[in-house]
Amino acid sequence: MTEFLANAGSWILAASESGEAAKLSDGGVLASMAWLIPVVPMVAAFAIVFWGKKMPYKGWDIAIAVMAFEALYGTALLLSHISSPIAHDFQIEIAKIGNMPIEWGWSVDGLSIMMYFLVGVVGFLVFLYAKGYMEGDIRFTWFFASFTLFAGGMLVLVSAPNMIQLIVGWELVGVSSWLLIGHYWEEHENSSAAIKAFLTNKVADVGLFVGAIIVSMSVGSFRFGDILDAVESGAAEAPMLAQFAFWGGLALFIGAMGKSAQFPLHVWLPDAMAGPTPVSSLMHAATMVTAGVFLVGRMFPLYLTEGFATEVRSIIIIVGALTLFLTGLIALVQDDIKKVLAYSTLSQLGYMTVAMGAGAYTAGLFHLFTHAFFKALLFLGAGSVIHSVHSNNMSDMGGLKKDMPYTYWTFVVGSLALAGILPFAGFFSKDEILASLRYASGEFGVADGGGALATIVLALAIAGAFITAFYMARTVFLTFHGEYKGHGHPHESPRIMWVPLVALAVPSAVIGFINIPGVTEVFTKLVGGREVKVLDHHAESFDGLVLVLGLIAALAGIYLGWRIWGPDKETQQERDTFRVDGLYPLLENKYYIDDFYMDGVVRPIRGPVARAMDWFNGHVLDFIVNGAGLLAKAAGRVVYWFDQRGVDGAINASGAITGAGGGVLRLLQTGKVQQYAVLIFAATVILVGGLVIWF
Amino acid sequence: MEWFENGWGLSLIVFLPLIGAGVLLAIPKANEALQKQTALLFAGASFVLSVVLAFAFDFGEAGIQLGTRLDWIPAINSSYHIGIDGISLPLVVLSTFITLLAIIYSWEHWPEPHNPKAFLILMLILATGMTGTFVALDLILFFVFFEVVLLPMYFMIGIWGDRNEITVPVFNIKTQMRLYASIKFFLFTLFGSAFMLLGFLALYFRGGRTFDMLELAANGAEGMLGSGLAFWVFAALALGFAVKVPMFPFHTWLPDAHTAAPTVGSVLLAAILLKLGTYAFVRIAIPILPDQSQNWAPAIGILAVIGIIYASLACLAQTDMKRLIAFSSVGHMGFVMLGIATMTPIGINAAIIGMVAHGVITGLLFFLAGSMSHRYHTREMARLGGNQKLMPIMGAILGFTAMASLGLPGLAGFWGEFMALLSAFSPAEGLSTTLFRTLMVIGAVGTVLAAGYLLWMLQKVNFGEPKDEWAGHEFHDVDKWEMAAWAPMIAVTIAIGIFPRLVFGATNDSVVELVTNAFRGLG
Repeated sequence: MTEFLANAGSWILAASESGEAAKLSDGGVLASMAWLIPVVPMVAAFAIVFWGKKMPYKGWDIAIAVMAFEALYGTALLLSHISSPIAHDFQIEIAKIGNMPIEWGWSVDGLSIMMYFLVGVVGFLVFLYAKGYMEGDIRFTWFFASFTLFAGGMLVLVSAPNMIQLIVGWELVGVSSWLLIGHYWEEHENSSAAIKAFLTNKVADVGLFVGAIIVSMSVGSFRFGDILDAVESGAAEAPMLAQFAFWGGLALFIGAMGKSAQFPLHVWLPDAMAGPTPVSSLMHAATMVTAGVFLVGRMFPLYLTEGFATEVRSIIIIVGALTLFLTGLIALVQDDIKKVLAYSTLSQLGYMTVAMGAGAYTAGLFHLFTHAFFKALLFLGAGSVIHSVHSNNMSDMGGLKKDMPYTYWTFVVGSLALAGILPFAGFFSKDEILASLRYASGEFGVADGGGALATIVLALAIAGAFITAFYMARTVFLTFHGEYKGHGHPHESPRIMWVPLVALAVPSAVIGFINIPGVTEVFTKLVGGREVKVLDHHAESFDGLVLVLGLIAALAGIYLGWRIWGPDKETQQERDTFRVDGLYPLLENKYYIDDFYMDGVVRPIRGPVARAMDWFNGHVLDFIVNGAGLLAKAAGRVVYWFDQRGVDGAINASGAITGAGGGVLRLLQTGKVQQYAVLIFAATVILVGGLVIWF
Repeated sequence: MEWFENGWGLSLIVFLPLIGAGVLLAIPKANEALQKQTALLFAGASFVLSVVLAFAFDFGEAGIQLGTRLDWIPAINSSYHIGIDGISLPLVVLSTFITLLAIIYSWEHWPEPHNPKAFLILMLILATGMTGTFVALDLILFFVFFEVVLLPMYFMIGIWGDRNEITVPVFNIKTQMRLYASIKFFLFTLFGSAFMLLGFLALYFRGGRTFDMLELAANGAEGMLGSGLAFWVFAALALGFAVKVPMFPFHTWLPDAHTAAPTVGSVLLAAILLKLGTYAFVRIAIPILPDQSQNWAPAIGILAVIGIIYASLACLAQTDMKRLIAFSSVGHMGFVMLGIATMTPIGINAAIIGMVAHGVITGLLFFLAGSMSHRYHTREMARLGGNQKLMPIMGAILGFTAMASLGLPGLAGFWGEFMALLSAFSPAEGLSTTLFRTLMVIGAVGTVLAAGYLLWMLQKVNFGEPKDEWAGHEFHDVDKWEMAAWAPMIAVTIAIGIFPRLVFGATNDSVVELVTNAFRGLG
């Protein structure tokens, strides 16, 4: 005991001196103090629960201070990393099990720095906005406690230098998302949506658990560093990992499919709209949904190195392609503005996944990066509109352009970025994915087995670009153009809400410029920092053909959207009832996937299957138990009867003996089962004990 | 401090509660305040000494320490042999800790028919039985302690238990819940004990005429206990232990006993009594009969995983909150048994941290269920709802504990579950990896079901608007005695979650040594 208290002291010292870190490349004080990034919000979340109500701004002040700290720290790390790449990894042993250490720690490298920056900056703006949006909420303080926990969980996840910590962060994000989605838990629907999110993620977590176990046990370490070293050393050097890499890689990807809401585990995400809009904004942009893509990015060499999990990439690319295409179509038929954005998030996550599957690490992460800005912007814009018209439905909106100028113009910037129009941010990242797909398809002679697959996926991705532009045009026109169809007088949101909109609109517009192929490759350098263990094979320059095709698709989408939903009063009626026969019911019912899960899986398990088990317990297992008990009791009666007759008949001579015997036997008759039991017990013990001795 | 380390400390920890029970007998029935103070004093002293024990414990030493061995019944070569290693230490501390909290909680929460004196005496006798089991190193001594817990618990359930009428299915016998549950608990456990005692006798006669666990383990590892009879000896022992754990399909006493028992009874049952069985597997079955353990491991593993899935599904069907929590215990103990069945250091470590975590978390859940049914006078989840509005602190603690129970990483429950699954990936040599990996995946699916029933429970109990029948009722949120009992449990749940060394630090070396000693000859 005293020994480990002493140890605890030395760990704290070691942590502040970053003893082990000295071996790795520097990063300086900034990297060695980066443990503050996950720890501060976790501590703050508790502080808000206990003391938030006593603060001048009811806990928001703590939360925003934490996020300001995260934003500044993330930015500082980013700048420092760009000037000289950091690879810092520090772990503290918190227990040893067998001979495997379990550790907490933090890693500071390109991938995690990118996430620190993203979560910090986007998070800060969303928290700022949330103050205005949540004003007057019944559980204002509690909301910011959960929201801080949510951001903190994400930071625990991205700072993880090993599987265990990743899982911890992963589940913290899950549980805090459950709290936030179910924030208005008075409504049964909302708490159901929260449970749906948690359980769908939990299903995927079976994959994460199994994958983490397979990979870690094959390498003999939970550390990412060790796992990636094993991959680097090649299949011959790490035979056990090579043997299990396919299953491990696949299981991990199933885990990623949950958080990153990939088809067919995407169903939780649209329902997650039940939470307050700032939650959707953060959940769909910088946090939570990025976790899956992040995980694949973290484990990327495993998927890319020959002899390991390369086959899984075909699965990844197919899942991503299905997601990007199928969910994009659903967005077309939604009336709820948040649902449109939710399905568009799914679709964009599909793009990221496709990129990862195609081996385009940088392109996938770049899209994650740009998407975080414009999707946060779009959700906050939608929130601003909802705040103003008190409805989520676009059929209650229209013509908000003049009443809400900041919201309108920033929303348009976000939409253009999402649609991938030059020169907005989404254009560059989407184009990079398309170019990488073409590259992977073998046009340039770098066939990787899946050339044909990549070509098909490329076609779907271009079609997806068209769909994206199409539904965003619809959203903009229905919401901001035409005539107002709601009640009351819409008004622009307060300054604390529109300032974050403007602040997010700037990067949404221009941040794509940081990674122009062949010109500025800041982002490529940023995420490729980790001792270049990532053998990225994305396209290294613009691909003229896909660039043009992608742009044409996007412009065509907007044009068609304008033709159908444009602000032309005469077609007002027509545009509200735009339907494609045959396809519409399918989309309206989300391909019946939700229904299948509900009626085909959840209800049967909760109902008949569970009841059958309970019945089995009471009527079969307990039948045996109770039956045996009753049988023993009956046997006791028979013995008693026999004894009475026998004893009375044979030894009638001594009344004393009969009396005493009867007394003992009467005890048996009292019905106290335990007395039978003691007798049976004693008899069995003597009997079998004798047998054992005799043997 | 030498006297403390020579076994006196350990003996005091075990017997102080019993002495307390004796003192209580002398206190007049009317003087309830003095009774409570006395019980608190003795349980508190026992807990404080167990903390001192943890400080006196040499964590660098993997073997048995701080014990003693005195002649007891020389005729059968049975001795008063006690001692602890890293495996028993956390469990000793757990039992004194939970006993103390149970007494604190009881301060103002007495089940009907009142009579604190008798209730406290039973609790203190229980405490001696429980801690004694974890320190005994002689089979006869172990058996005595193991059985000592039966009677107090029988009376607790039978006298202070649930008075609702129930109908036993199939036989259609109408009886009171407490009567049915107490008899079932008693008989079922006794049934198991009979086999266990037989096993002990066989070990005595075949293992060198000794009841000493350490000697038997040394003999067992050398193969002194041949294979023919040993197969059945293990079966008898395992049956006895499995009933106590309880493992599927010997678990049916548990939901009834837990549901019927008064709050404190359920807490002690769940938190500590169940661990006697799993502990016995680790302490007796594996070291003394290692090769037979290996023979039986696949069967145990399969039953463990069936238990996980079966109990989770049964939980989904429950309408009674307390019964749901009771069934969840079967599932959690399934993870513990899966860890043990892998026969690896990782698995056994997982089992022990799983026991401790389950003790604290499920204990807390039973406290909560008890306090809530005390206020609502019902445990039917359909009638609850909106509890978060009526009693926000109670609701928040329930939410936290449910999260801990579903194995949320970062809280205590995670380590036992995850590490048990981890160990199933590479079980001990000689066990089928295919089988255990399948069990691993099925067990992982069990975590989804666990999340399901706990989340739905929270939805039914905590969320939504309160039902109309509670309109106008004043509900007292958590009172100070409840807080005093629960806050330490919450703190421990978080502490072990963040810093599992609190348990693994003690267990790991001892577990590694135990496994190495047991399988030395098997390579």
